[in-house]
Amino acid sequence: MELDPVFLSRLQFAWVIAWHILLPAFTVGLASFIAVLEGLHMITRRDVYLRVSMFWIKIFSVSFGMGVVSGIVMPFQFGTNWSRFSDATADILGPLLAYEGLTAFFLEAAFLGVLLFGRKLVPPWAHFVAALMVALGTLFSSFWILAANSWMQTPAGYELIDGRFIPRDWIEIIFNPSFPYRLGHTVVGFYVTTGFAVLGVAAWLLRNGRFYSEAKIMLSMTLWLLSVLVPLQILLGDEHGLNTREHQPAKLAAIEARWETARAVPLTLFAIPDEEAETNRFAIDVPYLGSLILTHSLDGEIKGLKDFPVEDRPPVAIPFFAFRIMVGIGVLMLGMVIASWWLRWRDKLYDSQWYLRACLFMGPLGFIAVLAGWTTTEVGRQPWTVYGLMRTADSVPPSLSGSDVLISLLGYMTVYLIIFPAGIMVMARMVRKGPAGPEADSPIESGRPASPTRIQLHSEGDAS
Amino acid sequence: MNEVLDFVPIWTLILGVGIFFYVLLDGFDLGVGMLFGLAPDTGSRNIIMNSIAPVWDGNETWLILGGVGLLAAFPLAFAIIIPALYFPILVMLLALAFRGVAFEFRFRDAEHRTFWDHGFCYGSAIATFAQGVMLGAFIQGFEVDGRHFSGTTFAFITPFSLMAGVALVFGYGLLGAGWLILKTEGEIQAAARRHGRFCLIAVLIAILVVSVWTPIQHQEIADRWFSWPNIALLAPVPIATALAAFGTWRALSGSSEVGVFIGAAILFTLSYVGIAISLWPMIVPYHYTLWEAASSPRTQAFLLVGTLFLLPVILVYTGWSYWVFRGKVRADIGYH
Repeated sequence: MELDPVFLSRLQFAWVIAWHILLPAFTVGLASFIAVLEGLHMITRRDVYLRVSMFWIKIFSVSFGMGVVSGIVMPFQFGTNWSRFSDATADILGPLLAYEGLTAFFLEAAFLGVLLFGRKLVPPWAHFVAALMVALGTLFSSFWILAANSWMQTPAGYELIDGRFIPRDWIEIIFNPSFPYRLGHTVVGFYVTTGFAVLGVAAWLLRNGRFYSEAKIMLSMTLWLLSVLVPLQILLGDEHGLNTREHQPAKLAAIEARWETARAVPLTLFAIPDEEAETNRFAIDVPYLGSLILTHSLDGEIKGLKDFPVEDRPPVAIPFFAFRIMVGIGVLMLGMVIASWWLRWRDKLYDSQWYLRACLFMGPLGFIAVLAGWTTTEVGRQPWTVYGLMRTADSVPPSLSGSDVLISLLGYMTVYLIIFPAGIMVMARMVRKGPAGPEADSPIESGRPASPTRIQLHSEGDAS
Repeated sequence: MNEVLDFVPIWTLILGVGIFFYVLLDGFDLGVGMLFGLAPDTGSRNIIMNSIAPVWDGNETWLILGGVGLLAAFPLAFAIIIPALYFPILVMLLALAFRGVAFEFRFRDAEHRTFWDHGFCYGSAIATFAQGVMLGAFIQGFEVDGRHFSGTTFAFITPFSLMAGVALVFGYGLLGAGWLILKTEGEIQAAARRHGRFCLIAVLIAILVVSVWTPIQHQEIADRWFSWPNIALLAPVPIATALAAFGTWRALSGSSEVGVFIGAAILFTLSYVGIAISLWPMIVPYHYTLWEAASSPRTQAFLLVGTLFLLPVILVYTGWSYWVFRGKVRADIGYH
């Protein structure tokens, strides 16, 4: 069998980015949650906020550490496996990635140390500022990396000189057509994902009858937030879809498995797309709904895949199903939020067993929705790395052989299958222990314990 | 675009400084990781690890900056060098992943502590060795065809690159020993002095070997150093190196707590400057100069505006976070 370096490189990129994206999906939201809790503690002086915050800071530190090590892998992928893409696009994407490092990574890393270990070493306001800076860093990071990704989807502001993309207008490059929608949809998606993860943990604690006041705060705060964000997310997703229809019609056709260009198209709820025969099998269609959702009018036109040459079409089945998984989870989430309004009104939010069990079940689903959404947009971009301009097949280094990539892929799989399950286990163990508060923490429980580096402050004497 | 301003010199300086910061900061960090493996008991391992726990991820961030900085400012170099180093980069990244997660996992996953302890120590050593191999392969140069690397996957393995890998292990070991002398006391500090002496000897041998080997291999490097008047103008570099080595040895043997780290940092600076002098103005050695590999002036200008503002800010708050954790590490003291 001939090993294809392009296919294997794609598989490798999918593997390393899929694991990596789970961490920002969690830490972006969690950093903001921690900053809010720290702020509430500073203003109200209520210890319960502190206990909840310290509980999540510990979990944050584990996920952040895993985010750092899996994140360092990412920029090197551009060189090791996608060097021709890098050579062609570096003049545009290079600064965007560099600005991510300069504005976000250093900010997060430097202030995280203070957030984790510095509570006793700096004044409370400085500790709060550290929490804010970490949260701000995660948002800056999302801004730049999504600008870069969006530019690959909807390139703008460039001129092509000798096969290389040279910047013409930086505002057009950064604020390219799909960027505002992608940024909004992704960041809100990250917040929602974190929200449901926190909800799941709170429900677990409540069902076990432990840490009642802490779990109540987690549940209540998160559900208020989700009450705003889940409907907002659905709205943003809709806008993002309109944007895709305008700028990446082939992707939209694949997502909806539309083969013929037509007006008044149905919405295909389920089907098995058959790419050979260019048709759908076992389709369950709802008349007119496709046009209504995608164009906001009953007879709006949707372009079909047959309008595009076969070599320019994305795979159909993967975006089609991934998109339905994402939307399905979104609908479940909306149901959870609406149910919470009812329960809150009836004052049964904290002891309705069925609802808490549902929260527990929903806890990890946000991550699956993020992966499904990411798969939809990235597979839907194929067969291009720069949409319509540079092919994925022309992006790998000529020196790379299939067996090279197979070896490296196996290496990444082995290592990730050790460290990620270990990390998840470590976090699960922290959850089981619950927000026990500072007294219950052994000082050398961790490499980054609540108070690890007891230092001798030269002028003030002993720190404690 | 009209070439009014030449941004290449400033970008060379920024990237040079950025990579040097990485080598210095993650250097002591990885060095501490290796010395961690030599510590006799769990108590001292805890202290050793805690001496870098608050700063390691910031230190590793300079690696990302080095990578994306190269991509942004000298994309042709990135597109040739990184594929040429496919496997050493893979090994480095996987090793860094193992040692990075070990910070959290070794305490929170107590049943597998020994596993994570080994992961931390060997991860640090393997990542360091891989970086040294990359440096060696870089100095030797790559086969290039047009804008691509055209050599074979394992062309990076040569006696010289393997030697550079071993040399960097001792180099980072020396930096790590300097850090531990600064941050610890008693038995751990005394052990760091012993290990530091051993590392320093190995580092000096390596510097000597490289200084003889590279001019023999590359005529242009020999001409650079040994032709008149260069030999007189560049003489301060080896002389300063000898003085720094002597000073570091004195600090290791005496009672100075900052001397070793500073001495090691100076030795690294001088070695770095030495390599830069040998290769200047090449960024893809013996094929492309910095100017030929540079990105468009618009790219360099756009990134420069932000960098000139952000880099000093980064240095200030990173410095502040080091300041917060100043003084000796005493992980064994309880909470109260």
